This record gives sequence, C-alpha cells and structure tokens, in this order.
Amino acid sequence: MLSKRIIPCLDVHEGRVVKGVQFENLSDAGDPVEIAAHYDQGGADELVFLDISASHEERDTLLDTVRQTALRIAMPLAVGGGVRNLDDFTRLLRAGADKICVNTAAFRTPGIISEASHRFGQQCVVIAIDARSKSDNSGWEVVIRGGREPTGVDVLEWAKEVERLGAGEILLTSMDRDGTRMGYDLELTRSVSQALSIPIIASGGAGNLDHLFEVLSSGEADAALAASIFHFGDHAVRAAKEFLAAQGIAIRPVPPLP
Amino acid sequence: MKSGVRVAVVDYGMGNLLSVRHALQRMGKEVRIVSDPGELLDADSLVLPGVGAFRDAMGELTARELVQPIRDYVSSGRPFLGICLGLQLLFEQGEEGGQSVEGLGILEGDVVRIEVRKDVDGRRLKIPHMGWNQVRFRDSGREKFHGIPDESHFYFVHSYRIRPKDESVVAATVCYGTEFPVAVSRENLFAVQFHPEKSQEFGRRLLENVLSTD
Repeated sequence: MLSKRIIPCLDVHEGRVVKGVQFENLSDAGDPVEIAAHYDQGGADELVFLDISASHEERDTLLDTVRQTALRIAMPLAVGGGVRNLDDFTRLLRAGADKICVNTAAFRTPGIISEASHRFGQQCVVIAIDARSKSDNSGWEVVIRGGREPTGVDVLEWAKEVERLGAGEILLTSMDRDGTRMGYDLELTRSVSQALSIPIIASGGAGNLDHLFEVLSSGEADAALAASIFHFGDHAVRAAKEFLAAQGIAIRPVPPLP
Repeated sequence: MKSGVRVAVVDYGMGNLLSVRHALQRMGKEVRIVSDPGELLDADSLVLPGVGAFRDAMGELTARELVQPIRDYVSSGRPFLGICLGLQLLFEQGEEGGQSVEGLGILEGDVVRIEVRKDVDGRRLKIPHMGWNQVRFRDSGREKFHGIPDESHFYFVHSYRIRPKDESVVAATVCYGTEFPVAVSRENLFAVQFHPEKSQEFGRRLLENVLSTD
C-alpha cells in the first residue's frame, strides 16, 4: 500500500535552520546539511527546505546548502522560498533539488506552473498555498508574500486551477494554525484533498503525534509536514512512524542503516 | 563491482541526473555522464534515467542519435539499468493524449496512463502515484533484490505504467488500485519504475546488486 509521507521541514536562513512562529520570532536550530543527513538516516520520507532569506546574496548561500545536502541524502528533497521564475527552477534543480515549491510567483504568474511542468516534469512542481479563514467563515482565502498579502481568492478555486495547470502536488499551509501547535486545520486539508486528484501535503499547526494521525486520517492528507515536533530528540521521526503505524496508518518503517 | 569500473549515466536532457550520480558516487562508483553514442557504447555498465514525457524523451534520444546505440549496448550483455522513464522507454509504444509514440522496442508491450482511481477499499487514489510503496518481488527478480526483504518500500513518482506482453520478464509488482509490474529483468537488462537513488538503504542495495559486474 502507498504510505502516507512524513516530511520534516527546515526553514533555512543564511545557511542555518530556524523555525518561525507564525513566520516571525526565529530561533536557531542548527546546520541544515547535518540535520538533513540525520533525517535521511532516521527514515524521514522526504525533506523540505524553505528559504526565508530576503536577498539574492543569501539565496546563493541556499544553493550551496542544497548542493551539499543533495550529496548526502537518498530521499526526495523539495526546496522553496523566493522562487520567482524558470531560471530559479533550473538553478535549484541543478544544485540537486528534486522538487521546487512555488508560492507567490505562481499566484501572480500562473503560466509558470504549466511552463515548469512541461519543461521539468509535473513531479517537480509543488505549489505552496498559504490559506487563511475568511472573516465570514465561508472558507479560506489565499494569502501570498509569506502571509503578508491577502488576495481575496478562494483556496479551493485556486487549488483546482493549480492542478489544471499541471502541478504535481500541493503544499497546503494553514496560516491560522501555523506556529500554534494546536493541530492541523483538518477541514481545510480535507476540503482541498477531496476536491483534487493530485497529492496534498498538509502543513501548519503540528504540535504532537495525535495531530499527525488526525491529518493523515480524517484530514485525508497524503503527507504531513512538520518542523518543530521533529527538530528535537534523536528518534522523533521513528517515534512518530511507530505511533502512526500502531494507529493503523499506512507508514513506511524506518529502514536499516548501511 | 570492482573499483575503477565505470558506470555511465545517459544524459539526454530529460530530468535530473544528479541524484543518480550522487547515489552511485556514495557507493564508490566512478560515474561518467554520457550523451554521445561512442561513449555510451564504451560503458562498463549503463544507467538510463529520466523523468517526464515519453514523446519528448524519444525525440531527444532520436535527435542525439542514441536510439540504436542503446539497443546495441543492451545486446552487448553488459549491465543495463533503466529507471522510471528509462524503464518505460524500453517498450514498443507509449501513449500520450490518446496518441501512440514509438519507443525503443527492446521489450514487447506498451505504456499506458494509470486509470484506476479507487483503491480496493474504496479510497480515492491520487495521480501521480507519488511516494513510498511496497514492492512485491517475483522469482525472476530475486537475485537483483538480494538482501532486501520482500514488500520493502521504494520511492515512486509516475502517472503511466508498463504493460509487458511477456509475463516472464516481470521482476516485481506494486499495488495501487490494481497490481501492476514495476520491474523487469531479462538477462543483463534490469529496469524499475521506482527511484532506487531516492530510496535510502534498500535503493542502495538494489543499485549495488544490479550494477555489479563481478
């Protein structure tokens, strides 16, 4: 059976891993290359690097981080943050990324989705959508620019368009839950997952292992992404997988070491 | 594999060769990226990787005059490994948008889109088939899967699947809505739908088994 994926996410700033709380208040958590290798050995199913650097110079640091990481790990590596055009795709893929996450640029220039999908293959185009509850609770709206700019566009409509344009999967972040550790937004995740035929990675709000279970079962997510719950303790991914498997979720056991 | 024996990876403009190269280098192999017919035919062992569209891939192989050299290499008896699109291209035909495209024709059969959208328990299935799934080995694949437990997980990402005419070449299958072949083995030729280079320790063992020239 196809396993649900467990995906640690590393927020990277100037070559170091940090974890933001609602995209602010950063705290240093280490070297991304070492942490990535640690997750590879620990049986993570995939890894996401989100670059939260502000400038071009800092992004060059990220390319170097991706290059070094790709040499060390044997699992899919997705990279996002500040990806604006097909040249950014090319640079990151050449550095060794397997998948590229695009958010704001895809919203502003949706053609990038079909072009990237055609040129590099659907499998490497991950569209990141930041979702926030509408004030009248009639669903969720798309927020861009790292949570700073509400668009008024409905998340379900945008997600369907993204699929139509050729995205391979969707990284769906609940802005309402991100950094709260209160659990994923199950209704949001389920709604988008049911409306689409491409895989959904749920993000935002993981605080404990029950939250992973909820989003992978009733939330109908294909993969669960989390940061802080995996960044502390040597066996965090293994413990999460053993817990989920015991709850009846299809999970890949942590493989042996060489 | 003896040290000094070189693995050639075919570069034909379809997808990221880096992860294949990195995986082989971590195993201590000397890796050469080849895109010219002469270099390809010189290889001690050959890997045909690739992601993306069947039609584009055949177009690239044709433009680079690599179609016949790949057939000739496979006939030479030296180890050959196809990965993902590099498995699908071995067959006679692929389909895209309802039209059929001629493949390398090294194996009989064709490549079709995964159509099943519900699993046996009624759950909806997503396309692409993306993530880690359990691979069931058949007897013809035992040697290549040596040291790997049956039903181990490998990393997949694909929307099309192979339909070999000759059942005896099938070395492994996967279940995704229905059970279908994901590995073929015939003499020196071995090819897989999943990505051993992204499948951690079991992927490494498989690469070691397949590319060994001892």
